[in-house]
Amino acid sequence: MTWSWDFAVEIFPVIASALWLVLAVTFGAYLVAVVFGLVLTFLRRTKYKLITYITNGFIEFVRSTPPLIQLFFVYFALPTVGISLDKYTAGILTLGIHYSTYLAEVYRSGIDAVPIGQWEAAKAMNFSKVQTWFRVILPQAIPPVIPMMGNYLIVLFKETPLLMAIGVHEFLQEAKLIGAAHFKYLEAYTIVGLLFLLLSYPSALLINYLEKRSKMKKVRG
Amino acid sequence: MGVIEKELYTIDPVKETTETLVHYVNVSKSYGDVRVLKNLNLEVKKGEKLGLIGPSGSGKTTIIRMLMTLEKPTSGFIKFEDEYLWHKENKKGQLVEADEKHLRKMRTNIGMVFQHFNLFPHMTILRNVMEAPVRVLGLPKEEAKERSVEMLTKVGLRDHLDKYPEQLSGGQKQRVAIARAVVMQPKVMLFDEVTSALDPELVGEVLEVIRELANETDMAMILVTHEMDFAKEISDRIVFLHDGKIEEEGTPNEIFENPRSLRLQNFLKRFLRQ
Ligand SMILES: Nc1ncnc2c1ncn2[C@@H]1O[C@H](COP(=O)(O)OP(=O)(O)O)[C@@H](O)[C@H]1O
Ligand SMILES: [Mg+2]
Repeated sequence: MTWSWDFAVEIFPVIASALWLVLAVTFGAYLVAVVFGLVLTFLRRTKYKLITYITNGFIEFVRSTPPLIQLFFVYFALPTVGISLDKYTAGILTLGIHYSTYLAEVYRSGIDAVPIGQWEAAKAMNFSKVQTWFRVILPQAIPPVIPMMGNYLIVLFKETPLLMAIGVHEFLQEAKLIGAAHFKYLEAYTIVGLLFLLLSYPSALLINYLEKRSKMKKVRG
Repeated sequence: MGVIEKELYTIDPVKETTETLVHYVNVSKSYGDVRVLKNLNLEVKKGEKLGLIGPSGSGKTTIIRMLMTLEKPTSGFIKFEDEYLWHKENKKGQLVEADEKHLRKMRTNIGMVFQHFNLFPHMTILRNVMEAPVRVLGLPKEEAKERSVEMLTKVGLRDHLDKYPEQLSGGQKQRVAIARAVVMQPKVMLFDEVTSALDPELVGEVLEVIRELANETDMAMILVTHEMDFAKEISDRIVFLHDGKIEEEGTPNEIFENPRSLRLQNFLKRFLRQ
């Protein structure tokens, strides 16, 4: 079997048509990860030991089980206890929550780097807990970790083919269907790889740039 | 710490008057097994300027950090006017541990300036000063801004409103920090060696701002410092601390011209030699 340019050109738009879906799932899941990661960060820092333990246990658990199994659990097992989610919601929530555990770690490294004096100054100025977090600590903790957060966006994007397993028509699913229909897999899967490269690589460059810029800032400051 | 019966705390070892602003009653503080403050009894009157001197490690910082609620006493009480800082009365009239709400109410009375400034690096100078009046006091933006600009003008930084802390010298940063605390109009201001992180040539400008503040306002001040001349000049009273205990206290004259204890004499000698 040899490479057919005609066939490749013909099927490219079909596979690429999944682009919007893939981007929507990626950003949807990332939004969940960013927000829920912050929630986890707060939960593991409450003064109630029990909540801290439960949160840390949850994070450990989610990280040490494969996302594919989590996906199956959410999509196929939860309905048996009465929680039915459509495949998009299930996919976005599963990936989002999985990556929220990594983002919680990223937030933590950012927060730990904020000097203790900032907490003390916030207290001396009599800010509330919420004001201290959102006006003093996070604005200092987040900017230095934006490149790390961006890396997880790319990693998450590259995990989207997992969703094929629950029938989401992302790139790989489209390619598989085309490949199967024509018994020609080479072009289809090559195009999938190419699409991931086209999207990931510029994003990686952008993140590199952001990282350099934030380092420069630190040198200046 | 559970409920504390009232009888236990109404026996104040030092006679209080209506003039009393802050009263440390039998306050001890330990870190692990190390007792760094031992049954401290100390009173600060309304408007009083109190100098706190003593060798490094004697507990000066701990004393003011407990008042700022940054450090919790291991035992004893700190009274602020009619209320307890770290305790509050429950419905049955018993003293119980204070909650965050009580602490926040008490903190409105207290301002602090730190050795290392602790300005908010992501905010402009003006916002550093304005932020708390707007968010904490709930002042309208315009009014908060007016107040803040006025404060910053007073400390000589009118021309730096839109700069960021990293663009200022240490002396300027510390003056911003003073403005930021004073703009909240606390009843007592705490200064923790606010000039010891500064280059020597910048010390004067900060002391000048504090001197003016001391002369112009009726805020009480607790001043931890190694600037002996300055302490002598602006304090109404000096407390000499040694090893977690008050070794000697008196007027600046008594302390500096007529030190009674050997420890104070030695301490002062060391400073004069420098
Ligand atoms: N967070 C802490 N943990 C353990 N020891 C501490 C802590 N803070 C202060 N200390 C100890 O308490 C003593 C008094 O400290 P401090 O109040 O800072 O003294 P000063 O301000 O007079 O130099 C010192 O021996 C110091 O090492
Ligand atoms: Mg100190």
